[in-house]
Amino acid sequence: MFGNKLKVSLYRYNPEEDKFPYMKNYVIDKPERDIMVLDLLHLLKEEDQSISYRRSCREGVCGSDGMNINGKNGLACITPISSVIKRNKIELRPLPGLPVIRDLVVDMTEFYAQYEKIKPFLQNETTAPEQERLQSPEERDKLDGLYECILCACCSTSCPSFWWNPDKFVGPAALLQAYRFLADSRDLKTQERLEALSDPFSVYRCHGIMNCVNVCPKGLNPNKAIGEIKSMLHKNKKDIIVSDGV
Amino acid sequence: MNNIFTNNIKKIEFDALIVGGGGSGMRASLELAKSGLKTAVVSKVFPTRSHTVSAQGGITCAIASADPNDDWRWHMYDTVKGADFIGDQDAIEYLCSEGPKAVFELEHMGLPFSRFENGRIYQRPFGGQSKDFGKGGQAARTCAAADRTGHALLHTLYQNNVKEGANFLNEWFAVDLVKNSKDEVTGVIAFSIENGEVAYLKAQATVLATGGAGRIYASTTNALINTGDGLAMALRAGFPAQDMEMWQFHPTGIYGAGSLVTEGCRGEGGFLINKDGERFMERYAPNVKDLAGRDVVARSMVLEILEGRGCGDKSDHIYLKLDHLGAEVLNSKLPGICELSRTFAHVDPIYEPIPVVPTCHYMMGGTPTNISGQAFTRINDEDHLIPGLFSAGEAACVSVHGANRLGGNSLLDLVVFGRATGKHIQSELKSGGGVDSATKSDIEKSLERLNKLNDSSNGHDPADVKKELQECMQNYFGVFRRGEFMKKGLDQLNELKEKVDNLHLKDKSDAFNTSRVEAIELQNLFEVAESTAISAYQRTESRGAHARDDYPDRDDENWLCHTIYDPISKKVSKRGVNFEPNKVEAFPPKVRTY
Repeated sequence: MFGNKLKVSLYRYNPEEDKFPYMKNYVIDKPERDIMVLDLLHLLKEEDQSISYRRSCREGVCGSDGMNINGKNGLACITPISSVIKRNKIELRPLPGLPVIRDLVVDMTEFYAQYEKIKPFLQNETTAPEQERLQSPEERDKLDGLYECILCACCSTSCPSFWWNPDKFVGPAALLQAYRFLADSRDLKTQERLEALSDPFSVYRCHGIMNCVNVCPKGLNPNKAIGEIKSMLHKNKKDIIVSDGV
Repeated sequence: MNNIFTNNIKKIEFDALIVGGGGSGMRASLELAKSGLKTAVVSKVFPTRSHTVSAQGGITCAIASADPNDDWRWHMYDTVKGADFIGDQDAIEYLCSEGPKAVFELEHMGLPFSRFENGRIYQRPFGGQSKDFGKGGQAARTCAAADRTGHALLHTLYQNNVKEGANFLNEWFAVDLVKNSKDEVTGVIAFSIENGEVAYLKAQATVLATGGAGRIYASTTNALINTGDGLAMALRAGFPAQDMEMWQFHPTGIYGAGSLVTEGCRGEGGFLINKDGERFMERYAPNVKDLAGRDVVARSMVLEILEGRGCGDKSDHIYLKLDHLGAEVLNSKLPGICELSRTFAHVDPIYEPIPVVPTCHYMMGGTPTNISGQAFTRINDEDHLIPGLFSAGEAACVSVHGANRLGGNSLLDLVVFGRATGKHIQSELKSGGGVDSATKSDIEKSLERLNKLNDSSNGHDPADVKKELQECMQNYFGVFRRGEFMKKGLDQLNELKEKVDNLHLKDKSDAFNTSRVEAIELQNLFEVAESTAISAYQRTESRGAHARDDYPDRDDENWLCHTIYDPISKKVSKRGVNFEPNKVEAFPPKVRTY
């Protein structure tokens, strides 16, 4: 229908001018080579200064430019347009489920609040040695697939449980980090961490929908980490019952 | 955003204000958050989006893990030599001797370093590293968390700032310093990107921790946010910059995309080849080959390309060969590189070489400071501290990197000097130090630039001007430089100056207006570019990263010194290099070969 043209349908909302958000269509020449969605946004912004989106590293490590690309969350800077074009068309929307500040920029306050809630820092109050605390390569391997999270929020904002209870369900991103510290041989607050997660909402609102795994641009698996937390919680509960019985 | 006047501007007061939420800023704020002083970090992005996150290979430090006999003095020797002898030896001594403490602290904070079998921190070889003052062969001194060390470090620092309850003004953009009549710095003018609110953030101590400005070049490994905001604010306030001609071109940026491929690839055994498949570094640096200093490797690559031995259809790049290392090593030691290479070069390094080209990477120059992070200016060729102003990390020039930084020394720089700056401010403010207030007219002066932009009804398009600026710097101030070409570049910059001063901001809205931010960033880039160009033209020798084909030799008689760029006169003067370390004998200049 558009031949060598590319149609970009972009979510627009400027709170100072627009009563409601709307989709605006831009038609541009199809780039000669495959470019990333972020490059596409740069091209549009050169034509229309008023388009707003976040970006920083442009190589998939800072987590700034998470957005909804043709219905799926991802990072604009590492998504080639060739992988998402459908019938010469690309639709770009903000991450779902969070308040929109403007255009593709969402208010991430609630997302960060959940991250802070899980105490995302190593807790070990024993006197630190003069050198590093030792950790075997096997113990360190347990952190792989966890510490690499870039806090882009692609996972949590694709999760229906998080949409429903963003204040009470911790969400896949922060739960991945909760497990990153539970899994760290140097962290000594396992019990306290588990207790803080044992209510019906924090972890148990995860119903294994797996959207988080499907969208994670870093190939991480929050669902697996949540499963590990659940089994630790389960074992912990049994241990408490057993020790109560003695 | 309408015209802002001092009588309707909000004032928020702090003891210490840190501009920039990357590694050095958050290391400083961590120190201050624990002290009870009222501190805040102003960051234009959420802190974990800062460019430190992109650092890959590691943090170089003599923690004696890979080699139990390792010695910080060897690290110091390498750094002095790597800097081509214009790094200040008191500062380098502090960096290398305090380093282990700072690295162990990071580990205690939770940084997930990779490990050796004995449980100690993993260290890998990097370029320019030696044992026994260059006599004992290649050292392995770079502490790593796989090839994601910067990410691990930045997140660890953010996490510990959360733990200590540090204050953050996230997505606030600092526009200009506020100075009182005594030339003391009393804070900054900043605005909230989210809602456009402008405020005077008043502080007894203001730390510029705004990182580098690699975006002055068209091709760079740097994040889009690396626009030298802090350094430019200092220049606009009339404070000098040091060694601005010294820009590091990293040998291995991904061809076409600019993304960094860590030197750790060569540390792990990868090497560069030309179109004939020749490992050409054997000719340029027979001893250490691909692990020579970055300036040496980058120049060798450019020479290969210029002499027609480049790879690809246009013979304009080089290949980095890694496939011989095997899938297991690549997946465990360099997983991030495999990912980047597949995404941006469409090449899987397990099977094919990565196309790479020297790419602007690091600013060795910056706001001159002492080892406590105190910024200084020059009066009658002497250092004079600027009350209230501090700087650390890439934004600062303390100077530990001199004319060429060694790989892995930037992460060490930002934790060691971020920490030192935080400690110094703490003791200074607790012993009653501080600055006088600024008057209304002082504050008004710092609002001028923002007001002018907000009032613009016509003028030049920022996106066009930025492209012109970046191409000018790329063409005339790249890996190799020549006086006549630089003169052309300087003329072009003079023409650009008028455009940069008269930008047209079409969108005047307040809510998350990124075009306002980008216009101011462009003005910041210009300040940095201009200081680079003028300093580069003045230094008539070749040293470290500054390579001139009209002056191909190092000239110790005239140029064993720093350059100081004065933004008011736009003139360059010389400043002596420190050769007085406290614990060891100074390392005298000698011929630098690898």
